[in-house]
Amino acid sequence: MNKATSVRSQNTVTDLLDVARIRADFPILAHHINGKPLVYLDNAASSQMPQPVIDRLVRYQTQEHANIHRAVHTLSEHATAEFEEARRKAQRFINAKDEHEIIFTRGTTESINLVMHGYGRAFIKAGDEIIISWLEHHSNIVPWQMLCQEKGAKLRIAPINDAGEILLDEYQKLFNERTKFVALSHVSNALGTVNPVREMITTAHQRGIPVLLDGAQAAPHLRLDVQALDCDFYAFSGHKICGPTGIGVLYGKRALLEKMQPFQGGGDMILSVTFEKTTYNTIPYKFEAGTPPIAAAIGMGSAMDYLNGIGLQRIGAHETELLNYATQQFGAIKDVRIIGTAKHKAAVLSFLVDGVHPHDVGTILNEDGIAIRTGHHCAQPVMQRFGVPATARASFAFYNTLEEVDALVAGIKKVQRMFA
Amino acid sequence: MADIKQLYQEVILDHNKKPRNFGALENPSHKAEGVNPLCGDHIFLSLRVQDNKVEAVAFQGEGCAICKASTSMMTTNVKGKTVEEAETLVQEFRDMATGKLDVHKQPNHLGRLAVFEGVKDLPSRVKCAILPWHTLHAAFNSMATTTTENEEEPMKSAGVTI
Repeated sequence: MNKATSVRSQNTVTDLLDVARIRADFPILAHHINGKPLVYLDNAASSQMPQPVIDRLVRYQTQEHANIHRAVHTLSEHATAEFEEARRKAQRFINAKDEHEIIFTRGTTESINLVMHGYGRAFIKAGDEIIISWLEHHSNIVPWQMLCQEKGAKLRIAPINDAGEILLDEYQKLFNERTKFVALSHVSNALGTVNPVREMITTAHQRGIPVLLDGAQAAPHLRLDVQALDCDFYAFSGHKICGPTGIGVLYGKRALLEKMQPFQGGGDMILSVTFEKTTYNTIPYKFEAGTPPIAAAIGMGSAMDYLNGIGLQRIGAHETELLNYATQQFGAIKDVRIIGTAKHKAAVLSFLVDGVHPHDVGTILNEDGIAIRTGHHCAQPVMQRFGVPATARASFAFYNTLEEVDALVAGIKKVQRMFA
Repeated sequence: MADIKQLYQEVILDHNKKPRNFGALENPSHKAEGVNPLCGDHIFLSLRVQDNKVEAVAFQGEGCAICKASTSMMTTNVKGKTVEEAETLVQEFRDMATGKLDVHKQPNHLGRLAVFEGVKDLPSRVKCAILPWHTLHAAFNSMATTTTENEEEPMKSAGVTI
Protein backbone atom coordinates (compact mmCIF):
# COMPACT_ATOMS: atom_id res chain seq x y z
CA MET A 1 0.00 0.00 0.00
CA ASN A 2 1.52 3.34 -0.98
CA LYS A 3 1.47 6.45 1.16
CA ALA A 4 -1.50 8.00 -0.56
CA THR A 5 -3.68 4.92 -0.16
CA SER A 6 -2.86 4.50 3.51
CA VAL A 7 -3.88 8.08 4.27
CA ARG A 8 -7.05 7.75 2.27
CA SER A 9 -8.21 4.63 4.10
CA GLN A 10 -8.15 6.54 7.37
CA ASN A 11 -10.67 9.05 6.16
CA THR A 12 -14.26 8.04 5.74
CA VAL A 13 -15.51 11.43 4.57
CA THR A 14 -13.45 11.29 1.40
CA ASP A 15 -14.67 7.81 0.62
CA LEU A 16 -18.00 9.50 -0.02
CA LEU A 17 -16.41 11.59 -2.76
CA ASP A 18 -15.85 9.46 -5.83
CA VAL A 19 -12.93 11.45 -7.22
CA ALA A 20 -12.38 9.13 -10.18
CA ARG A 21 -15.96 9.63 -11.29
CA ILE A 22 -15.75 13.38 -10.74
CA ARG A 23 -12.54 13.58 -12.78
CA ALA A 24 -14.31 11.89 -15.68
CA ASP A 25 -16.57 14.97 -15.80
CA PHE A 26 -13.59 17.21 -16.59
CA PRO A 27 -12.33 16.57 -20.13
CA ILE A 28 -9.23 18.72 -19.65
CA LEU A 29 -7.98 16.52 -16.81
CA ALA A 30 -7.44 13.68 -19.29
CA HIS A 31 -4.99 15.79 -21.28
CA HIS A 32 -1.25 15.37 -21.36
CA ILE A 33 1.19 18.24 -21.05
CA ASN A 34 4.72 17.66 -22.33
CA GLY A 35 3.81 13.99 -22.70
CA LYS A 36 2.83 13.64 -19.03
CA PRO A 37 -0.67 13.44 -17.52
CA LEU A 38 -1.77 16.92 -16.51
CA VAL A 39 -1.56 17.53 -12.75
CA TYR A 40 -3.54 20.73 -12.44
CA LEU A 41 -2.73 22.49 -9.17
CA ASP A 42 -3.46 26.08 -10.14
CA ASN A 43 -7.09 26.13 -9.10
CA ALA A 44 -6.81 29.32 -7.07
CA ALA A 45 -6.01 31.11 -10.34
CA SER A 46 -8.80 29.43 -12.27
CA SER A 47 -10.64 26.15 -11.95
CA GLN A 48 -11.51 23.75 -14.77
CA MET A 49 -14.95 23.29 -16.28
CA PRO A 50 -16.96 20.06 -16.09
CA GLN A 51 -18.81 18.66 -19.12
CA PRO A 52 -22.31 19.58 -17.86
CA VAL A 53 -21.31 23.26 -17.77
CA ILE A 54 -19.65 23.03 -21.20
CA ASP A 55 -22.84 21.35 -22.49
CA ARG A 56 -24.96 24.09 -20.98
CA LEU A 57 -22.95 26.77 -22.78
CA VAL A 58 -23.20 24.89 -26.07
CA ARG A 59 -26.96 24.39 -25.65
CA TYR A 60 -27.45 28.07 -24.92
CA GLN A 61 -25.47 29.16 -27.98
CA THR A 62 -26.97 26.56 -30.31
CA GLN A 63 -30.62 26.82 -29.25
CA GLU A 64 -31.40 29.66 -26.89
CA HIS A 65 -29.42 32.80 -27.59
CA ALA A 66 -30.97 36.24 -27.97
CA ASN A 67 -30.52 39.53 -26.18
CA ILE A 68 -32.35 39.81 -22.88
CA HIS A 69 -34.77 42.26 -21.24
CA ARG A 70 -35.70 43.66 -24.65
CA ALA A 71 -37.69 42.00 -27.40
CA VAL A 72 -41.01 40.20 -27.16
CA HIS A 73 -39.99 37.28 -29.32
CA THR A 74 -39.72 33.76 -27.95
CA LEU A 75 -35.93 33.44 -27.91
CA SER A 76 -35.47 36.73 -26.08
CA GLU A 77 -38.05 35.80 -23.47
CA HIS A 78 -36.45 32.40 -23.01
CA ALA A 79 -32.93 33.82 -22.71
CA THR A 80 -34.20 36.40 -20.22
CA ALA A 81 -35.83 33.67 -18.13
CA GLU A 82 -32.65 31.57 -18.11
CA PHE A 83 -30.51 34.60 -17.23
CA GLU A 84 -32.81 35.51 -14.35
CA GLU A 85 -32.86 31.88 -13.23
CA ALA A 86 -29.05 32.07 -13.06
CA ARG A 87 -29.49 35.06 -10.76
CA ARG A 88 -31.70 33.00 -8.46
CA LYS A 89 -29.13 30.19 -8.50
CA ALA A 90 -26.48 32.69 -7.38
CA GLN A 91 -28.88 33.94 -4.72
CA ARG A 92 -29.32 30.42 -3.35
CA PHE A 93 -25.59 29.66 -3.73
CA ILE A 94 -24.72 32.35 -1.19
CA ASN A 95 -28.09 32.35 0.61
CA ALA A 96 -28.97 35.96 -0.15
CA LYS A 97 -32.36 37.09 1.07
CA ASP A 98 -33.51 38.58 -2.21
CA GLU A 99 -32.59 37.88 -5.85
CA HIS A 100 -32.42 41.62 -6.51
CA GLU A 101 -29.38 41.74 -4.27
CA ILE A 102 -27.42 39.75 -6.90
CA ILE A 103 -25.61 41.87 -9.49
CA PHE A 104 -23.83 40.20 -12.37
CA THR A 105 -20.37 41.61 -13.05
CA ARG A 106 -17.31 40.53 -15.04
CA GLY A 107 -15.79 39.04 -11.92
CA THR A 108 -14.56 39.79 -8.41
CA THR A 109 -12.41 42.69 -9.58
CA GLU A 110 -15.30 44.44 -11.28
CA SER A 111 -17.55 43.72 -8.28
CA ILE A 112 -15.13 45.49 -5.96
CA ASN A 113 -14.67 48.38 -8.38
CA LEU A 114 -18.44 48.69 -8.63
CA VAL A 115 -18.66 49.18 -4.86
CA MET A 116 -15.74 51.61 -4.95
CA HIS A 117 -17.55 53.72 -7.57
CA GLY A 118 -21.13 53.23 -6.47
CA TYR A 119 -20.65 53.46 -2.72
CA GLY A 120 -17.15 54.84 -2.17
CA ARG A 121 -17.29 57.78 -4.54
CA ALA A 122 -20.74 58.70 -3.26
CA PHE A 123 -20.13 58.45 0.48
CA ILE A 124 -16.39 58.56 1.31
CA LYS A 125 -15.07 62.04 2.03
CA ALA A 126 -11.75 63.74 2.74
CA GLY A 127 -10.27 62.57 6.03
CA ASP A 128 -12.30 59.34 6.10
CA GLU A 129 -10.54 56.03 6.63
CA ILE A 130 -10.93 52.68 4.91
CA ILE A 131 -9.65 49.51 6.55
CA ILE A 132 -8.25 46.58 4.57
CA SER A 133 -5.87 43.81 5.61
CA TRP A 134 -2.30 42.91 4.72
CA LEU A 135 -3.59 39.75 3.01
CA GLU A 136 -5.52 41.43 0.24
CA HIS A 137 -5.26 40.65 -3.45
CA HIS A 138 -4.36 43.72 -5.50
CA SER A 139 -7.99 43.88 -6.61
CA ASN A 140 -9.00 44.67 -3.03
CA ILE A 141 -6.20 47.19 -2.53
CA VAL A 142 -5.87 49.27 -5.69
CA PRO A 143 -9.55 50.37 -6.05
CA TRP A 144 -9.49 51.66 -2.46
CA GLN A 145 -6.15 53.36 -3.02
CA MET A 146 -7.59 55.09 -6.08
CA LEU A 147 -10.59 56.20 -4.04
CA CYS A 148 -8.38 57.48 -1.20
CA GLN A 149 -6.27 59.42 -3.67
CA GLU A 150 -9.33 60.98 -5.27
CA LYS A 151 -11.07 61.86 -2.01
CA GLY A 152 -8.16 62.56 0.29
CA ALA A 153 -9.14 59.59 2.41
CA LYS A 154 -6.74 57.24 4.17
CA LEU A 155 -6.13 53.51 3.81
CA ARG A 156 -5.47 51.63 7.06
CA ILE A 157 -3.98 48.14 6.95
CA ALA A 158 -4.67 45.37 9.48
CA PRO A 159 -1.33 43.55 9.99
CA ILE A 160 -0.75 39.79 9.99
CA ASN A 161 1.43 37.46 12.05
CA ASP A 162 4.13 35.10 10.77
CA ALA A 163 1.55 32.38 10.17
CA GLY A 164 -0.36 34.70 7.84
CA GLU A 165 -3.26 35.38 10.22
CA ILE A 166 -4.75 38.83 10.71
CA LEU A 167 -3.96 40.23 14.16
CA LEU A 168 -7.46 40.86 15.47
CA ASP A 169 -6.35 43.16 18.29
CA GLU A 170 -4.52 45.34 15.78
CA TYR A 171 -7.50 45.25 13.44
CA GLN A 172 -9.77 46.48 16.22
CA LYS A 173 -7.36 49.27 17.12
CA LEU A 174 -7.63 50.67 13.58
CA PHE A 175 -11.24 51.74 14.13
CA ASN A 176 -12.00 55.31 15.04
CA GLU A 177 -14.61 57.97 14.30
CA ARG A 178 -13.09 58.49 10.83
CA THR A 179 -13.48 54.84 9.77
CA LYS A 180 -16.12 54.64 7.05
CA PHE A 181 -15.59 51.35 5.21
CA VAL A 182 -13.98 47.93 5.62
CA ALA A 183 -12.89 45.63 2.77
CA LEU A 184 -11.47 42.18 3.61
CA SER A 185 -10.63 38.96 1.88
CA HIS A 186 -12.64 35.99 3.12
CA VAL A 187 -9.83 33.62 2.12
CA SER A 188 -6.30 34.77 1.18
CA ASN A 189 -5.34 33.81 -2.36
CA ALA A 190 -1.61 33.85 -1.67
CA LEU A 191 -1.56 31.95 1.63
CA GLY A 192 -4.94 30.25 1.94
CA THR A 193 -5.74 31.81 5.32
CA VAL A 194 -9.45 31.71 6.11
CA ASN A 195 -10.06 34.95 7.95
CA PRO A 196 -12.39 35.15 10.96
CA VAL A 197 -14.68 37.41 8.97
CA ARG A 198 -17.79 36.89 11.10
CA GLU A 199 -16.00 38.34 14.12
CA MET A 200 -14.38 41.09 12.03
CA ILE A 201 -17.75 42.10 10.60
CA THR A 202 -19.22 42.33 14.11
CA THR A 203 -16.41 44.70 15.09
CA ALA A 204 -17.25 46.96 12.16
CA HIS A 205 -21.01 46.73 12.59
CA GLN A 206 -20.79 47.74 16.25
CA ARG A 207 -19.71 51.08 14.82
CA GLY A 208 -22.20 51.00 11.95
CA ILE A 209 -19.51 50.56 9.30
CA PRO A 210 -20.27 48.49 6.17
CA VAL A 211 -18.01 45.58 5.22
CA LEU A 212 -17.18 44.18 1.79
CA LEU A 213 -15.83 40.63 1.56
CA ASP A 214 -13.67 39.52 -1.36
CA GLY A 215 -14.90 35.95 -1.68
CA ALA A 216 -13.01 34.97 -4.85
CA GLN A 217 -11.10 32.25 -3.00
CA ALA A 218 -13.86 31.32 -0.56
CA ALA A 219 -16.64 30.58 -3.02
CA PRO A 220 -14.96 27.43 -4.45
CA HIS A 221 -14.33 25.90 -1.02
CA LEU A 222 -16.83 27.03 1.60
CA ARG A 223 -20.58 26.87 1.84
CA LEU A 224 -21.50 30.53 1.78
CA ASP A 225 -24.25 32.21 3.72
CA VAL A 226 -24.16 35.97 3.38
CA GLN A 227 -27.05 36.38 5.79
CA ALA A 228 -25.26 34.45 8.52
CA LEU A 229 -22.02 36.36 7.80
CA ASP A 230 -24.05 39.57 7.76
CA CYS A 231 -21.57 41.13 5.31
CA ASP A 232 -22.80 44.16 3.42
CA PHE A 233 -21.15 43.24 0.11
CA TYR A 234 -19.78 39.93 -1.16
CA ALA A 235 -17.79 39.54 -4.39
CA PHE A 236 -16.78 36.39 -6.24
CA SER A 237 -15.96 35.06 -9.74
CA GLY A 238 -17.51 32.39 -11.93
CA HIS A 239 -14.27 30.98 -13.31
CA LYS A 240 -13.01 29.95 -9.88
CA ILE A 241 -16.12 27.84 -9.24
CA CYS A 242 -15.91 25.77 -12.44
CA GLY A 243 -17.83 28.34 -14.48
CA PRO A 244 -16.78 30.54 -17.39
CA THR A 245 -14.51 33.59 -17.25
CA GLY A 246 -16.00 37.06 -17.68
CA ILE A 247 -18.78 36.57 -15.15
CA GLY A 248 -18.97 37.18 -11.44
CA VAL A 249 -21.29 38.31 -8.72
CA LEU A 250 -21.62 41.27 -6.47
CA TYR A 251 -23.99 40.69 -3.60
CA GLY A 252 -25.09 43.78 -1.72
CA LYS A 253 -27.69 44.41 0.94
CA ARG A 254 -30.74 45.95 -0.70
CA ALA A 255 -30.72 49.15 1.36
CA LEU A 256 -27.11 49.87 0.46
CA LEU A 257 -27.50 49.03 -3.22
CA GLU A 258 -30.51 51.31 -3.44
CA LYS A 259 -28.69 54.33 -2.10
CA MET A 260 -25.60 53.77 -4.26
CA GLN A 261 -24.94 55.62 -7.49
CA PRO A 262 -24.76 53.66 -10.76
CA PHE A 263 -21.43 52.28 -11.91
CA GLN A 264 -21.68 52.50 -15.69
CA GLY A 265 -24.29 54.29 -17.77
CA GLY A 266 -26.06 52.76 -20.73
CA GLY A 267 -28.90 50.54 -21.80
CA ASP A 268 -30.74 48.31 -19.31
CA MET A 269 -29.76 50.47 -16.33
CA ILE A 270 -32.41 53.11 -17.08
CA LEU A 271 -36.16 53.44 -16.77
CA SER A 272 -36.45 56.49 -19.00
CA VAL A 273 -34.05 58.77 -20.83
CA THR A 274 -34.53 62.29 -22.15
CA PHE A 275 -31.73 64.74 -22.87
CA GLU A 276 -32.75 66.64 -19.75
CA LYS A 277 -33.02 63.76 -17.31
CA THR A 278 -32.51 60.03 -16.94
CA THR A 279 -34.33 57.93 -14.39
CA TYR A 280 -32.31 54.93 -13.30
CA ASN A 281 -33.66 51.41 -13.20
CA THR A 282 -34.22 49.58 -9.93
CA ILE A 283 -31.66 47.16 -8.48
CA PRO A 284 -30.02 45.02 -9.70
CA TYR A 285 -30.48 46.42 -13.23
CA LYS A 286 -29.26 49.87 -12.17
CA PHE A 287 -25.79 48.30 -12.02
CA GLU A 288 -25.99 46.19 -15.18
CA ALA A 289 -25.52 48.62 -18.06
CA GLY A 290 -25.33 47.14 -21.53
CA THR A 291 -25.77 43.59 -22.73
CA PRO A 292 -24.37 41.33 -20.04
CA PRO A 293 -22.42 38.08 -20.62
CA ILE A 294 -25.64 36.07 -20.87
CA ALA A 295 -24.10 32.72 -21.75
CA ALA A 296 -21.47 33.11 -19.03
CA ALA A 297 -24.10 33.90 -16.39
CA ILE A 298 -26.14 30.85 -17.37
CA GLY A 299 -22.95 28.78 -17.41
CA MET A 300 -22.06 30.00 -13.93
CA GLY A 301 -25.54 28.99 -12.75
CA SER A 302 -24.93 25.55 -14.18
CA ALA A 303 -21.55 25.38 -12.39
CA MET A 304 -23.31 26.20 -9.12
CA ASP A 305 -25.74 23.34 -9.78
CA TYR A 306 -22.77 21.07 -10.39
CA LEU A 307 -21.01 22.05 -7.13
CA ASN A 308 -24.26 21.76 -5.18
CA GLY A 309 -24.72 18.28 -6.68
CA ILE A 310 -21.44 17.21 -5.10
CA GLY A 311 -21.98 19.26 -1.95
CA LEU A 312 -19.78 22.10 -0.75
CA GLN A 313 -19.23 20.33 2.57
CA ARG A 314 -17.90 17.19 0.90
CA ILE A 315 -15.80 19.37 -1.41
CA GLY A 316 -14.38 21.17 1.62
CA ALA A 317 -13.65 17.90 3.43
CA HIS A 318 -11.80 16.41 0.47
CA GLU A 319 -9.78 19.58 -0.07
CA THR A 320 -8.86 19.68 3.61
CA GLU A 321 -7.61 16.12 3.32
CA LEU A 322 -5.50 17.10 0.29
CA LEU A 323 -4.11 20.12 2.14
CA ASN A 324 -3.27 18.13 5.27
CA TYR A 325 -1.61 15.39 3.26
CA ALA A 326 0.38 17.89 1.18
CA THR A 327 1.41 19.86 4.28
CA GLN A 328 2.58 16.65 5.92
CA GLN A 329 4.49 15.51 2.81
CA PHE A 330 6.09 18.94 2.38
CA GLY A 331 7.18 18.87 6.00
CA ALA A 332 9.21 15.79 5.18
CA ILE A 333 11.12 17.42 2.30
CA LYS A 334 14.37 19.03 3.36
CA ASP A 335 14.86 22.73 2.56
CA VAL A 336 11.27 23.44 1.61
CA ARG A 337 9.43 26.15 3.52
CA ILE A 338 5.67 26.64 3.58
CA ILE A 339 4.60 30.30 3.58
CA GLY A 340 1.27 30.66 5.35
CA THR A 341 0.64 28.30 8.21
CA ALA A 342 -2.64 29.64 9.57
CA LYS A 343 -4.70 27.32 11.76
CA HIS A 344 -7.67 27.75 9.48
CA LYS A 345 -6.66 27.38 5.84
CA ALA A 346 -8.20 26.65 2.47
CA ALA A 347 -6.42 24.21 0.17
CA VAL A 348 -3.63 26.56 -0.87
CA LEU A 349 0.02 25.75 -0.31
CA SER A 350 2.50 28.57 -0.91
CA PHE A 351 6.07 27.40 -0.62
CA LEU A 352 9.73 28.12 -1.25
CA VAL A 353 12.46 25.70 -2.23
CA ASP A 354 15.73 26.87 -0.69
CA GLY A 355 18.16 28.19 -3.28
CA VAL A 356 15.72 27.87 -6.17
CA HIS A 357 13.64 30.75 -7.50
CA PRO A 358 9.91 29.90 -7.72
CA HIS A 359 9.92 30.52 -11.47
CA ASP A 360 12.54 27.84 -11.96
CA VAL A 361 10.47 25.50 -9.78
CA GLY A 362 7.41 26.22 -11.93
CA THR A 363 9.20 25.73 -15.24
CA ILE A 364 10.74 22.43 -14.19
CA LEU A 365 7.47 21.10 -12.71
CA ASN A 366 5.71 22.05 -15.94
CA GLU A 367 8.06 19.73 -17.79
CA ASP A 368 6.39 16.91 -15.83
CA GLY A 369 2.89 18.17 -16.59
CA ILE A 370 2.46 19.76 -13.16
CA ALA A 371 0.77 23.17 -13.30
CA ILE A 372 1.35 25.45 -10.33
CA ARG A 373 1.41 29.22 -10.00
CA THR A 374 4.63 31.07 -9.34
CA GLY A 375 5.06 34.75 -8.67
CA HIS A 376 3.62 37.31 -6.33
CA HIS A 377 0.02 36.11 -6.80
CA CYS A 378 -1.21 39.70 -7.20
CA ALA A 379 -0.52 40.12 -3.50
CA GLN A 380 2.80 41.93 -3.38
CA PRO A 381 2.31 43.27 0.18
CA VAL A 382 2.03 39.65 1.39
CA MET A 383 5.32 38.85 -0.36
CA GLN A 384 6.94 41.94 1.19
CA ARG A 385 5.64 40.90 4.63
CA PHE A 386 7.48 37.58 4.29
CA GLY A 387 10.52 39.19 2.65
CA VAL A 388 10.28 37.16 -0.56
CA PRO A 389 9.84 38.37 -4.16
CA ALA A 390 7.64 35.44 -5.07
CA THR A 391 6.47 32.00 -3.99
CA ALA A 392 5.43 28.81 -5.69
CA ARG A 393 1.79 27.98 -5.01
CA ALA A 394 -0.07 24.72 -5.35
CA SER A 395 -3.82 25.15 -4.97
CA PHE A 396 -6.17 22.18 -4.86
CA ALA A 397 -9.69 21.51 -6.03
CA PHE A 398 -12.09 18.67 -5.25
CA TYR A 399 -10.99 16.84 -8.41
CA ASN A 400 -7.38 16.60 -7.27
CA THR A 401 -6.06 13.39 -5.76
CA LEU A 402 -3.54 12.36 -3.13
CA GLU A 403 -1.56 10.74 -5.96
CA GLU A 404 -1.24 14.19 -7.55
CA VAL A 405 0.21 15.48 -4.29
CA ASP A 406 2.74 12.65 -4.54
CA ALA A 407 3.56 13.75 -8.10
CA LEU A 408 4.12 17.31 -6.86
CA VAL A 409 6.42 16.12 -4.08
CA ALA A 410 8.39 13.97 -6.55
CA GLY A 411 8.65 16.98 -8.88
CA ILE A 412 10.05 19.19 -6.13
CA LYS A 413 12.63 16.57 -5.26
CA LYS A 414 13.64 16.50 -8.92
CA VAL A 415 14.07 20.30 -8.85
CA GLN A 416 16.27 19.96 -5.79
CA ARG A 417 18.41 17.30 -7.49
CA MET A 418 18.90 19.53 -10.53
CA PHE A 419 19.97 22.50 -8.41
CA ALA A 420 22.04 20.48 -5.94
CA MET B 1 9.49 21.61 -26.38
CA ALA B 2 13.01 20.35 -25.99
CA ASP B 3 13.97 18.59 -22.79
CA ILE B 4 14.09 21.04 -19.92
CA LYS B 5 17.63 19.89 -19.21
CA GLN B 6 18.72 21.56 -22.45
CA LEU B 7 17.91 24.89 -20.84
CA TYR B 8 18.85 24.09 -17.27
CA GLN B 9 22.19 22.66 -18.29
CA GLU B 10 25.37 22.66 -16.26
CA VAL B 11 26.68 26.02 -17.46
CA ILE B 12 23.48 27.84 -16.48
CA LEU B 13 23.15 26.08 -13.14
CA ASP B 14 26.80 26.81 -12.45
CA HIS B 15 26.53 30.53 -13.21
CA ASN B 16 23.38 30.63 -11.07
CA LYS B 17 25.22 29.09 -8.16
CA LYS B 18 28.48 31.00 -8.61
CA PRO B 19 27.65 34.21 -10.44
CA ARG B 20 30.71 35.89 -11.99
CA ASN B 21 31.41 39.60 -11.51
CA PHE B 22 28.96 39.77 -8.63
CA GLY B 23 29.13 43.05 -6.73
CA ALA B 24 29.24 46.77 -7.48
CA LEU B 25 31.99 48.83 -9.11
CA GLU B 26 33.35 51.71 -7.07
CA ASN B 27 33.52 54.36 -9.76
CA PRO B 28 31.18 53.29 -12.50
CA SER B 29 30.87 55.45 -15.59
CA HIS B 30 27.48 53.93 -16.32
CA LYS B 31 24.90 52.14 -14.25
CA ALA B 32 21.33 50.95 -14.53
CA GLU B 33 18.74 48.98 -12.65
CA GLY B 34 16.63 46.31 -14.33
CA VAL B 35 13.31 45.03 -13.01
CA ASN B 36 10.87 42.34 -14.03
CA PRO B 37 7.91 43.36 -11.88
CA LEU B 38 6.04 40.18 -12.75
CA CYS B 39 8.52 37.75 -11.25
CA GLY B 40 10.61 39.94 -9.01
CA ASP B 41 13.86 39.72 -10.98
CA HIS B 42 15.87 42.76 -9.93
CA ILE B 43 19.42 43.57 -10.99
CA PHE B 44 21.80 46.50 -10.57
CA LEU B 45 24.46 46.80 -13.23
CA SER B 46 27.54 49.00 -13.00
CA LEU B 47 30.03 49.54 -15.81
CA ARG B 48 33.30 51.29 -16.35
CA VAL B 49 33.61 52.28 -20.00
CA GLN B 50 36.90 53.77 -21.11
CA ASP B 51 37.89 54.71 -24.65
CA ASN B 52 34.62 53.17 -25.81
CA LYS B 53 35.56 49.83 -24.24
CA VAL B 54 33.87 47.97 -21.37
CA GLU B 55 36.78 47.85 -18.92
CA ALA B 56 34.81 46.47 -16.00
CA VAL B 57 31.29 45.33 -15.29
CA ALA B 58 29.57 44.04 -12.16
CA PHE B 59 26.07 43.20 -11.01
CA GLN B 60 24.05 42.72 -7.88
CA GLY B 61 20.50 41.62 -7.34
CA GLU B 62 18.07 38.78 -7.06
CA GLY B 63 16.39 36.66 -9.66
CA CYS B 64 15.67 33.23 -11.01
CA ALA B 65 18.39 30.94 -12.32
CA ILE B 66 17.76 31.98 -15.91
CA CYS B 67 18.09 35.68 -15.06
CA LYS B 68 21.10 35.29 -12.80
CA ALA B 69 22.99 33.03 -15.18
CA SER B 70 22.16 35.26 -18.12
CA THR B 71 23.48 38.28 -16.23
CA SER B 72 26.59 36.48 -15.07
CA MET B 73 27.41 35.19 -18.55
CA MET B 74 26.68 38.59 -20.03
CA THR B 75 29.27 40.21 -17.78
CA THR B 76 31.95 37.74 -18.80
CA ASN B 77 31.05 38.16 -22.47
CA VAL B 78 30.97 41.94 -22.73
CA LYS B 79 34.06 42.64 -20.71
CA GLY B 80 36.78 43.95 -23.05
CA LYS B 81 34.32 44.55 -25.87
CA THR B 82 33.57 47.92 -27.45
CA VAL B 83 30.19 49.47 -26.79
CA GLU B 84 29.17 48.68 -30.38
CA GLU B 85 30.23 45.05 -30.05
CA ALA B 86 28.30 44.74 -26.80
CA GLU B 87 25.23 46.34 -28.39
CA THR B 88 25.44 43.80 -31.20
CA LEU B 89 25.33 41.04 -28.58
CA VAL B 90 22.33 42.71 -26.95
CA GLN B 91 20.48 42.64 -30.27
CA GLU B 92 21.52 39.10 -31.16
CA PHE B 93 20.69 37.74 -27.71
CA ARG B 94 17.27 39.32 -27.87
CA ASP B 95 16.66 37.94 -31.35
CA MET B 96 17.72 34.46 -30.25
CA ALA B 97 15.52 34.53 -27.16
CA THR B 98 12.49 35.64 -29.14
CA GLY B 99 13.08 33.10 -31.90
CA LYS B 100 14.06 35.61 -34.59
CA LEU B 101 17.63 34.42 -34.81
CA ASP B 102 18.48 30.76 -35.40
CA VAL B 103 21.94 30.43 -33.89
CA HIS B 104 22.57 27.25 -35.85
CA LYS B 105 21.83 28.73 -39.24
CA GLN B 106 22.47 32.44 -39.09
CA PRO B 107 25.81 34.13 -38.44
CA ASN B 108 26.14 35.59 -34.95
CA HIS B 109 28.59 36.43 -32.20
CA LEU B 110 26.81 34.72 -29.30
CA GLY B 111 29.14 31.75 -28.80
CA ARG B 112 28.36 30.02 -25.49
CA LEU B 113 25.47 32.40 -24.88
CA ALA B 114 23.58 30.11 -27.24
CA VAL B 115 22.82 27.92 -24.20
CA PHE B 116 19.89 30.29 -23.61
CA GLU B 117 18.36 29.39 -26.95
CA GLY B 118 15.79 27.17 -25.21
CA VAL B 119 13.95 30.10 -23.60
CA LYS B 120 12.36 30.84 -26.96
CA ASP B 121 10.04 27.91 -26.24
CA LEU B 122 9.11 29.34 -22.83
CA PRO B 123 7.42 32.69 -23.50
CA SER B 124 6.97 33.40 -19.80
CA ARG B 125 10.71 33.02 -19.23
CA VAL B 126 12.04 35.05 -22.16
CA LYS B 127 11.96 38.19 -20.03
CA CYS B 128 14.11 36.57 -17.36
CA ALA B 129 16.88 35.88 -19.87
CA ILE B 130 16.64 39.23 -21.64
CA LEU B 131 16.52 41.47 -18.55
CA PRO B 132 20.32 41.87 -18.08
CA TRP B 133 20.74 42.69 -21.76
CA HIS B 134 18.06 45.37 -21.60
CA THR B 135 19.73 46.69 -18.51
CA LEU B 136 23.09 46.82 -20.25
CA HIS B 137 21.53 48.72 -23.12
CA ALA B 138 19.90 51.09 -20.62
CA ALA B 139 23.25 51.60 -18.87
CA PHE B 140 25.00 52.47 -22.12
CA ASN B 141 22.28 54.97 -22.80
CA SER B 142 22.34 56.27 -19.22
CA MET B 143 18.82 55.30 -18.33
CA ALA B 144 18.45 54.69 -14.64
CA THR B 145 15.86 51.96 -14.72
CA THR B 146 14.60 49.55 -17.29
CA THR B 147 11.91 46.95 -17.38
CA THR B 148 10.96 44.23 -19.82
CA GLU B 149 7.29 45.09 -19.34
CA ASN B 150 7.19 47.36 -22.39
CA GLU B 151 7.16 44.49 -24.82
CA GLU B 152 6.55 46.58 -27.90
CA GLU B 153 9.65 48.70 -27.59
CA PRO B 154 11.68 47.06 -24.85
CA MET B 155 14.82 48.94 -25.81
CA LYS B 156 13.13 52.27 -25.34
CA SER B 157 12.00 51.91 -21.75
CA ALA B 158 11.46 55.15 -19.96
CA GLY B 159 13.91 56.01 -17.28
CA VAL B 160 15.66 58.79 -15.46
CA THR B 161 18.97 59.98 -16.74
CA ILE B 162 21.75 59.70 -14.18
